[in-house]
Amino acid sequence: MKLLYFAWVRERVGTAEESRDLPGSVQTAGELKTWLAGIDEGYAYAFEDQAIIRVALDKKLVEDDASLADASEAAFFPPMTGG
Amino acid sequence: MRIAVQLEPFDVGAEIDALHARNPAIGAVVSFTGYCRDEGGALAALELEHFPGMAEQALAEIAEEANDRWPLQGATVIHRHGKLAPGDPIVLVVTASAHRRAAFDAADFLMDYLKTRAPFWKKEHPSDGTSEARWVNAKAADDEDAGRWS
Repeated sequence: MKLLYFAWVRERVGTAEESRDLPGSVQTAGELKTWLAGIDEGYAYAFEDQAIIRVALDKKLVEDDASLADASEAAFFPPMTGG
Repeated sequence: MRIAVQLEPFDVGAEIDALHARNPAIGAVVSFTGYCRDEGGALAALELEHFPGMAEQALAEIAEEANDRWPLQGATVIHRHGKLAPGDPIVLVVTASAHRRAAFDAADFLMDYLKTRAPFWKKEHPSDGTSEARWVNAKAADDEDAGRWS
């Protein structure tokens, strides 16, 4: 799956974009956050407060219980601060 | 609806004229421009990161929602990205309608929603030259403002 990171999530994981094969047990956006948090220290730091990290599947904001089944891309970022 | 995410500055007068376009059905045009502050001299620059593709899509969805809620004759939303200096314009919202209330309310709604739903992130570069740039934290007040419309 294609994974994208923005703002301080990007800085903490150390990459803007990557592709990863997900284990079958990772079915939802929230489960993907938990799985990513276990990769290494940088990912653990990025996802230390999972509740505040927003997820977009194929560029649509979703809740943590959203299924990954039909998504080709997942993006992770902090709460937005534009405007 | 005109939606743009761009590096370049925008021309507020030209955008208002383009939206109005001498359409005689329009009785009111409201514009809001957000600028980069200097925070009392403490800020040297503001860096705006965005999610290309999703940013345009999110702004278009928010503009469509405003169009569904109010009888608009048109709307323009322009958001810049990249490195901006104090005094630089960041965001422009222009709304047009037959009567002023719809134009005022739709512009207010667009700003509240884009702050919490469009994928842009601000990083502040301090002017003291020694402390590190830091990401701006989302404000609870912005969520409360967006909540006024639900």
